[in-house]
Amino acid sequence: MEKFTTLTDTAVPLDIENVDTDQIIPARFLKATDKAGFGENLFRDWRFDKNDEPNPDFPLNNPNFSGSILVAGNNFGCGSSREHAAWAIKAYGFKVVVSSYFADIFKGNSLNNGLLPVQVNQEFLDEIFLALQKNSEEKITVDLENQEISIESTGASQHFDIDPYKKTCMINGFDDIDFLVSKWEAIKKYEENNKTTPTPVGV
Amino acid sequence: MKKTLFDKIWDSHIVESIPNGPDILYIDKHLIHEVTSPQAFNELKERDVPLFRPEQTVATADHNTPTENQHLPVKDLLSRKQLKELTQNCEENNITLYGLGHPYNGIVHVMAPELGITQPGMTIVCGDSHTSTHGAFGTIAFGIGTSQVAQVFASQCLLVEKPKKLRVNVNGKLKKGVLPKDVILYIISKLGTNSGTGYFCEYAGDVFESMSMEGRMTVCNMSIEMGARGGLIAPDQTTFDYVEGKEFAPKGEEFENLKAYWKTLKTDEGAEFDQEYSFDAEDIEPMITYGTNPGMGIKLNEAIPVEGTKSDAKALSYMGFQPGESLLEKPINYIFIGSCTNSRIEDFRTAAAYIKGKKKADNVNALIVPGSRQVAAQIQEEGLHTIFEEAGFTLRQPGCSACLAMNDDKIPAGEYCVSTSNRNFEGRQGQGSRTILASPLTAAATAIAGKLTDYTKMLN
Ligand code: SF4
Repeated sequence: MEKFTTLTDTAVPLDIENVDTDQIIPARFLKATDKAGFGENLFRDWRFDKNDEPNPDFPLNNPNFSGSILVAGNNFGCGSSREHAAWAIKAYGFKVVVSSYFADIFKGNSLNNGLLPVQVNQEFLDEIFLALQKNSEEKITVDLENQEISIESTGASQHFDIDPYKKTCMINGFDDIDFLVSKWEAIKKYEENNKTTPTPVGV
Repeated sequence: MKKTLFDKIWDSHIVESIPNGPDILYIDKHLIHEVTSPQAFNELKERDVPLFRPEQTVATADHNTPTENQHLPVKDLLSRKQLKELTQNCEENNITLYGLGHPYNGIVHVMAPELGITQPGMTIVCGDSHTSTHGAFGTIAFGIGTSQVAQVFASQCLLVEKPKKLRVNVNGKLKKGVLPKDVILYIISKLGTNSGTGYFCEYAGDVFESMSMEGRMTVCNMSIEMGARGGLIAPDQTTFDYVEGKEFAPKGEEFENLKAYWKTLKTDEGAEFDQEYSFDAEDIEPMITYGTNPGMGIKLNEAIPVEGTKSDAKALSYMGFQPGESLLEKPINYIFIGSCTNSRIEDFRTAAAYIKGKKKADNVNALIVPGSRQVAAQIQEEGLHTIFEEAGFTLRQPGCSACLAMNDDKIPAGEYCVSTSNRNFEGRQGQGSRTILASPLTAAATAIAGKLTDYTKMLN
């Protein structure tokens, strides 16, 4: 997994509340057997119309907006627990999603896949939307070490929360798999110690 | 400190506890199937990380598989591709696969217990929410997501927070015709589909103690439908008798030693639970669901509640039912006896005992799908297939079948299906299909009558 410390970039506003995972990646795209392709179908039914023509009103299709930060309305990622939603956002090229609330499972899935969910309060979220409205080139900085997000033009900033274990993982570019692989020795020792005890494992 | 059954198993599987973080939990057995494993295999390949303990991993093909002509190539191309990938992945990684047509093939939660892969005191995971089934053996078993499948591949461990503890007690004697499925549907209808969120549930009391292993599996299977991570029942003589002699169960002295340990796996007197509920067996009757979640259940001869929320109203309109309506005498055109909830030999014996000498109603399509090849063989051995055939039921080859609309077995839009599966969500059995969850006995009786009927009077 890529390391994440500080990111300063332009952002794409998605001023919609309750974006559910079915909108993020519609169910009909789930039969695939690898993760890479999901970016193409991110927000498929919003990005494209019935004839597969790009919908010009959708922010991801607006040439003024670009960058690796997605700023979305309240309660992002609700609905079905599919991990594919996080894969799709990541595969499209986003590294951070900012919202005033994330659905629990989506948050977990994102962190597991190197996509940083940054939860701010509603006022701060509105400030970001406003700044982006005024200037689509507005820069947002996400400083994971200090758990702080700021808007360049106004200097406004806010602290955000993250699970300390997950923070260490993101900063070191570690995910759960890397972490567990780093624990192989401890795991082998555990296996060894438990072979003959009254609590046999791995039998 | 006094410990619960759950604590005992969990604590003995902790490799390390991360301060302010999750536990590294050791996993004894990892079960995989074709739908949730391919991305996890790719994940490891991309990182060039080998499988840590392939010998503790067992694979089967069940979700996408057809239940007819299993000797022929699978017709659906996407399914065929998934199955092929599973075979390749298992070969490359030295994983035992009981694929389509293998004598041990079956629904993952049916085949593992009957092969003795599932044993008391273990931790078992699978990329499937109904992994809770294995809790029937006094096992910590739960479903995981694809990223977690990859974690277990890479380390035979999972990073997980210890859930809270819940106990559900049912004491007394069940009435005639009341089956384990009715018990769990009753519990969920009383507690609701979110009552178990954040918990692991232990089932205790006379009713579970006197239940067969098949029955306990039915109960634990549906723990997830009340939101719990999993459910479990303390192992006892019934458990030991079931496990003994099974293909992969320990034998001889090893078995005896293990049994001595398994006997210690029960909740200490006075151990504390975060939440506890108790019910009387006498209050339970055959149950059916009338809505689009498993918590919307009523007794067979009860009317649909008059008061409900907005989403209840939406569910009723999907089902085509009215508040206050009784579902008795409701014509039903489909019944399905199968799924990891009710596709074990006992379920088919119960159904056959009722059906014997009767014929299904003309309007009914009755589908019988064993949970595994072993169950299918037993059906033949015991001659149950003749009873089903003579009654006009269709007996298929094993698989998940009409439990989920992922293979060819689907219920048409608008049709009701009295089903022994575990989920009655909108479209679960096919777009627009309307599922009524029930026991195998209720399903069998419905098939004979052609409608929902109060058969309890007819039981001698
Ligand atoms: S039978 Fe149904 S619930 Fe059980 S594993 Fe198969 S699809 Fe899942």
